[in-house]
Amino acid sequence: MGAYVIRRLAWTPALLLIVALITFLLGTYGPGDPVQVLQGQYNNPEVVERIRQQRGLDRNVFVQYGVYIKNLLRGDLGESYKYRDRTVAELIGKRIWVSAQLGLAASIVALSLGIPLGVFTAIKQGTWIDVTTVSITLFFMSLPVFITAPVLLLAFGLWLGILPIQGWGGFFDTRIIMPALVLGVPGIAVITRLTRASTLEVLSQDYVRTARAKGLGEFIVRRRHILRNSLIPVFTVVGLSLATLVEGSFITEGYFGIPGIGSLAIEAFFSRDYPVITALVLIIAAAFVAANLIVDVGYRFLDPRIRY
Amino acid sequence: MEGLGSRPSGSLWAQALRRLLRKKVAVACLAVIGIMYLAGTFTIIRSPTPYGYNDQDIRAESVKQGPSLAHPFGTDRLGRDLLTRVIYGLRTTVIITVAAMLTGSLILGIGLGLVSGYFGRWLDSVIMRVGEVFLAFPGLLLVILIAATVKPRVKEWVEGWSGGLENLTGIDLIQLGIVDYVVLFAALSAFSWVGMARLVRGQVLYVKQNQYVEAAVAMGASHWRILTSHVLPNIISPVIVVVSMGMGATAGSEIILSWLGIGIQPPTPSLGVMIFQNGNISVLRSDPHLILFPVFTVTVLIFAFNLLGDALNDALNPRAR
Repeated sequence: MGAYVIRRLAWTPALLLIVALITFLLGTYGPGDPVQVLQGQYNNPEVVERIRQQRGLDRNVFVQYGVYIKNLLRGDLGESYKYRDRTVAELIGKRIWVSAQLGLAASIVALSLGIPLGVFTAIKQGTWIDVTTVSITLFFMSLPVFITAPVLLLAFGLWLGILPIQGWGGFFDTRIIMPALVLGVPGIAVITRLTRASTLEVLSQDYVRTARAKGLGEFIVRRRHILRNSLIPVFTVVGLSLATLVEGSFITEGYFGIPGIGSLAIEAFFSRDYPVITALVLIIAAAFVAANLIVDVGYRFLDPRIRY
Repeated sequence: MEGLGSRPSGSLWAQALRRLLRKKVAVACLAVIGIMYLAGTFTIIRSPTPYGYNDQDIRAESVKQGPSLAHPFGTDRLGRDLLTRVIYGLRTTVIITVAAMLTGSLILGIGLGLVSGYFGRWLDSVIMRVGEVFLAFPGLLLVILIAATVKPRVKEWVEGWSGGLENLTGIDLIQLGIVDYVVLFAALSAFSWVGMARLVRGQVLYVKQNQYVEAAVAMGASHWRILTSHVLPNIISPVIVVVSMGMGATAGSEIILSWLGIGIQPPTPSLGVMIFQNGNISVLRSDPHLILFPVFTVTVLIFAFNLLGDALNDALNPRAR
């Protein structure tokens, strides 16, 4: 166990450095001179030269990368090209917290519906209930966000008028409900399918038969012997679903006017704000790597049968 | 669910196919996918309104009509027949899903997975480490970054040499949107190979321990022969399931990429462009047909791929029977 974790931990910084280098190179060699953006409408060669020197853009690209990494380690992610005098860290700091809360709400939606449905369909395996439930979850996964978001807005916001349609008020605000549904509902199918498969595997195990044979009630067998064991593989999608949540947030946050990193990423993309894009790629990559590490190591704690 | 007495005859594949065809859902999915791909490939249905490659082709008298006999899906905001646009949009979806599957999943994914699992050692380490780098990137953000930075360079480069081709053949590559397609394939396959390669590698590691592989090695079979006739047939079932679901996912990503301006550019019809352009409340209230028909088409296609994947999983996985 120890050696494995150490090996993983040693590789992680190297991985992040490579990710940073690729992102940095792409940003540097992209079209559009950042200096042109910075100097605004004036075209003065002296100003251009001054900005170039101030920002260190006249130096070798690998030197620039080195400086970037050095600053990064001190928590300095550079300055935004678009918002003058705002550091990237300031811009991202508040927004990442907003997106994290939205992601948490969406995960709650997906898990709280997906896990019971998965266990339920496994117990009813082969019946029409099983087939219908799985098909319905797959149907919701197949719907594009571009239709679910406006339909929800129209139905609950305008026709029924029971939910507010725009903005952000924190985790315990009704404005989180619709975006959390839009982000979370497609994930139900993934969780259901996985829970169903692992529950089927567990159902045929000897210890379940033993538990029934010794006269335990069906509720206790399901809770203690089936559910506990069948949830272990479900834990592994936590890392994967982080990626889905981040990608979903790009569109969803725009629809609902949520000031998270998804809407920031799109804004930065359309205004070619490379320092912001680079920083976002790095932060999200670090989150992915951390999530995968936690899943891989945690999985071995949850399931002591796994050895290596 | 067969009794012990009735042993099914035929090869493993014939049995799997028979099990699949016994499922009505799977047959329906295959039919839906087949019809859509045929329609997309041959664009078989003719329409009273021309397909309107140029946006100048505006017909003021027939703008934004609801569904009618002449225009079953209605007309769009430029008066073009929406059914025709949807079918041509399907052509884009067909090209993208098939190309992304061939390059990303089949060639790169299976190829690298086989090499990694079979040969092992340093090749395995290199391929898996590179895969980890790809996995660490937030896919969509990197695609955005690549599209913003690499695509204009590719376009410049193609413009540089395609002038001569245009003079010779009259084909304008830029006008055809070739660059859009190429960048889209590259972006889609760059991220789909890792998952497939990891899956294949895991399967190969498992199959490699079997005695029939050992026997083949002992008989002096070449690596190529062992891989193609002993390893690949034994690992292919989970691959087929993942490919089926992956094609659905690719059809879905096309919408998001079009929205970001990375996908197919108008006036080439694409379901993604149709959906994101009309995916707002005002269109939904005033001209719902503009969004509902393209969404319906894409959803049915993705849904069919997902259901088929599920059915394939049941048919190909002997343990799930």
